[in-house]
Amino acid sequence: MKVSLKVNGTEYSDDVEPRVLLVDFIRTNLKLTGTHIGCDTTSCGACTVLLDGEPVKSCTLLAVQVAGREIATVEGLAAGGALDPVQVGFHEEHGLQCGFCTPGMMLVSKALLDRNPDPTEEEIRWAISGNICRCTGYINIVKAVQHAAKARSAATAAPTGAGQAVPAGGQ
Amino acid sequence: MFPAAFDYRAPATIEEALAALAEAGDEAKVMAGGQSLIPLLKLRFASPSLVLDIGRLPGLRGVETGGGMITIGALTRHADLERNRDLAAICPILADTAPQVSDPLVRNQGTVGGSIAHADPSGDWGSVMIALNAQLVARSSRGERVIAATEFFQGPFTTALAADEILTEIRIPAVARAAGTYLKLERKIGDFATVAVAVQVEMSNGNIGRAGIGLTSVGAKNLHATAAEQALKGAAPTQEAIGEAARMAAAAAEPKDDIRGTAAYKRDIVRVFVQRGLKTAIKRAQEVAG
Repeated sequence: MKVSLKVNGTEYSDDVEPRVLLVDFIRTNLKLTGTHIGCDTTSCGACTVLLDGEPVKSCTLLAVQVAGREIATVEGLAAGGALDPVQVGFHEEHGLQCGFCTPGMMLVSKALLDRNPDPTEEEIRWAISGNICRCTGYINIVKAVQHAAKARSAATAAPTGAGQAVPAGGQ
Repeated sequence: MFPAAFDYRAPATIEEALAALAEAGDEAKVMAGGQSLIPLLKLRFASPSLVLDIGRLPGLRGVETGGGMITIGALTRHADLERNRDLAAICPILADTAPQVSDPLVRNQGTVGGSIAHADPSGDWGSVMIALNAQLVARSSRGERVIAATEFFQGPFTTALAADEILTEIRIPAVARAAGTYLKLERKIGDFATVAVAVQVEMSNGNIGRAGIGLTSVGAKNLHATAAEQALKGAAPTQEAIGEAARMAAAAAEPKDDIRGTAAYKRDIVRVFVQRGLKTAIKRAQEVAG
């Protein structure tokens, strides 16, 4: 079946069997391997992507099911070469240990902040409750999201271009 | 894990979907959000020849009130209800349940109708719809019929739906001086319930007019605690009446020992949750009345 969808702003089109899972389409067909396969049973959230801006588990979606829709993966976070405030937060607050859950954690965090720019700690913990960090580094993940929320509100308050521009890939 | 191969169709209209289902019959599985079906396909517990994706059908998503009822489109996502700010005032049991279904990511994709039609004995909405005395609307190319939620669940993953029928809508009677709650015990967010209890109460002249009680994860289907409901009908909302009804609901449960707990433990949780749930529901219903 022909599937066309937009990933990180770019249109992709490919022929796939209906049974191909979205996570496999992203990793194998599109070669975007930042989206991880963890439990493969809808439990861990390592495969989280944003579907029209909302976090979902791409191991529990068919590629054909989301044809025509917009997907964001971790590769799309650093738009224009500058890290997203969420990425800066995870860097500054040591929000990752082994890093396996991090793409999913950052995407749910971004979706949270897009919806709720000033979340409480409880709201942050609620938002990441479908994502598991097997290193159990939740305290710093929460701090990372709080860091990102502050940076985003500072950037909004500042007159022009005062956002934290950290070059991507140089960490 | 890959599902076994299947054909896939995503019809653009309900008529087209019903025609395709009538043709394929029980060779087909209907998919809404896919959050229950896709895991089954991956484990190859289900190998349908056709997956009929109704997720894009228009007009089946959203909550409406009017005509003496609350209407929920079958494709309404759990997250839609979770974010509905009016729901706690309209029907608090729905507002209590939505954020307790699975985890936030599954709630962004999974649907209320899909969960009900899937009929997992550990599913949350089935018990809630039993407690609410909801009506479930089924459509086929032959027409439309309404099935009481109390008659809908027949066994594990088995419902009153015929092979050519699609669940399209849930109708909940909008009753004055009525309220409820949903209490769920789970080991962690995203796990199935160890035990959960749905309670709805209608007050009438200071007494309990009608009580609805549904039980999750303690039987081969979402259970309907009819004896406890009967005992509460017309009763004054006393500690004794509540305690007795809770004991009757616990007796109606059919729990099994498993990794989540022993049968005796689960049965006692049913008793405690029904007791707590009735107290909350009665208080809320009285506040509505006040």
